[in-house]
Amino acid sequence: MAETLSRSQNPREWLAFALVWGSAALVTATFCWLLGDIVWHGLSHVSWTFLTAPPENAGRRGGIGPILVSTSLILGVCLAVSLPIGIGTAVLLAEFTSDQSLFGRMTRRSLDVLAGVPSIVFGLFGNAFFCKTLGLGFSILSGGLTLACMVLPILIRSTEEGFRAVPASYRLSAAALGLSRTTTLVHLLLPAAVPGLLVGLVLGVGRAIAETAALIFTSGYVDRMPESLLDSGRALSIHIFDLSMNVSGGDANAYASTLVLVIMLLAINGTASWLATYGLHRKVVTV
Amino acid sequence: MTSLRSNTLSRWPTDELLCWVLRGTATIAGTIVLLIVVFLIVEALPALYHVGLPRFFTDPSWHPADGLYNLTPMLWGTLFAMTGSVLIATPLGILSAVFCHYYAPPTLARPYRRLIELLAGIPSVVYGFWGLVVLVPLIAEIQPPGPSLLAGILILTIMILPTITLMADASLANVPQQYLRGAAALGLPRWATIQSVVFPAAKSGLCTGVILETGRAIGETMAILMVCGNVVQIPSSIFDPIRTLTANIALEMAYALGDHRAALFVSGLVLMAMIVALVLAAEWISRGRVYG
Repeated sequence: MAETLSRSQNPREWLAFALVWGSAALVTATFCWLLGDIVWHGLSHVSWTFLTAPPENAGRRGGIGPILVSTSLILGVCLAVSLPIGIGTAVLLAEFTSDQSLFGRMTRRSLDVLAGVPSIVFGLFGNAFFCKTLGLGFSILSGGLTLACMVLPILIRSTEEGFRAVPASYRLSAAALGLSRTTTLVHLLLPAAVPGLLVGLVLGVGRAIAETAALIFTSGYVDRMPESLLDSGRALSIHIFDLSMNVSGGDANAYASTLVLVIMLLAINGTASWLATYGLHRKVVTV
Repeated sequence: MTSLRSNTLSRWPTDELLCWVLRGTATIAGTIVLLIVVFLIVEALPALYHVGLPRFFTDPSWHPADGLYNLTPMLWGTLFAMTGSVLIATPLGILSAVFCHYYAPPTLARPYRRLIELLAGIPSVVYGFWGLVVLVPLIAEIQPPGPSLLAGILILTIMILPTITLMADASLANVPQQYLRGAAALGLPRWATIQSVVFPAAKSGLCTGVILETGRAIGETMAILMVCGNVVQIPSSIFDPIRTLTANIALEMAYALGDHRAALFVSGLVLMAMIVALVLAAEWISRGRVYG
């Protein structure tokens, strides 16, 4: 690319050159500062005991064991609800409706809006609908259901792309063989679309783990080990928020929890982009 | 492509069943937005009924305990923080994307793009925490108190930067190669090509990116809540603490009852209306006239 654009000596070109490199350097430096600060302060506190012990003295000492359990339970509820709905919707949009049909267009537009809804509004909705109207109270179940609404657009979009990446010849051959569309879906399209589905799943998990605002008024603050899905449970991100804002002297443990959260997210994002570049490509070409 | 219509030709009863199951799931997914709007309105109704819409702008102050519900300072807070961060993040993000495409050697462009993707994945509470322990003390040294509009703008800038960069990156990638070759054949230097050929061609994608980042800036809650100081006032300088609409909800929802709670749902409705308007604008821009 760079070769097709000739170099020049005039001052405007130099100014632009400096600005472009300058902004890239600024962004990189900020990123390194942020990550470096968290790793530098957090690394010395993270240990096996920190990951498994219960928090003591409002989180100033002790670990994050019950919080990790609550976080995974919330995530589990979220995925158990959003996966079937998400995959079903994606299959319908990609395989069973034409792009022009009214139903398809309305669903797509509503998902576009849903993707833009601020997380605090999801929190308000979850509080009003799941906690109050359905009577679930502040519980892991309410939090997980709220998050399920939140990750649906992401999940549906990548799954749909996975299905669209499957060559049309698969469907035509299956139709020529007289296979039912259910069989085609289960035995041909679904396996071929798995990489797209996984990308959606991983991105959805990332979004769910990162979420704070939607959970404050749905899953609550309680940092004990949850005994059932109807107990209130504190997610990791809420723990960080609480330690840094409401607990004086909680900074050391807040740094360590932040580091744990960031490492989880980096791993998740790494997996997603690895799947997107290699998984999708390989599957579709060689199946 | 095979479509819904061809389903009527299928002899298999399972296909019919499957189709209805899928329609069911899609209906659930599609109605969530409606449910959200309905519940916001239902919960906001008591306040709209008892207080009335005009008083949210004309009351002397925001003191829900005394029945005073002026949302104006929070609206200004949201507006200032949003405008400031969009003004900084837009040039920075677009230049970053230009860097990836036209300035960086390939060995640098790939890692840089990955870095931006990583930035996009970092949760807002982490940005907020970093802002609270690093940025706020720095700002306090320049001009106390520290938690301020400036801190909010800077944190928001870092948070929405990936959105505009990734959108700009995608739309620059869609600029047809022959445009660039044509510019090169005319002997245009690099920046002149970008300015007069690439930017006009990628205009609609860039605009969509700006709209999406604006949406993110409006909706952001936790980071803003942690660094902005949360004093209900219209700021007179960028060093003054502010409170945004989103932070207001997060702060007061825990103990709000009755009309107070309903007033918070009214601000939720306001946020929702802004987002719907932005999404519709983005759709309108990105449809069709790409090179218009």
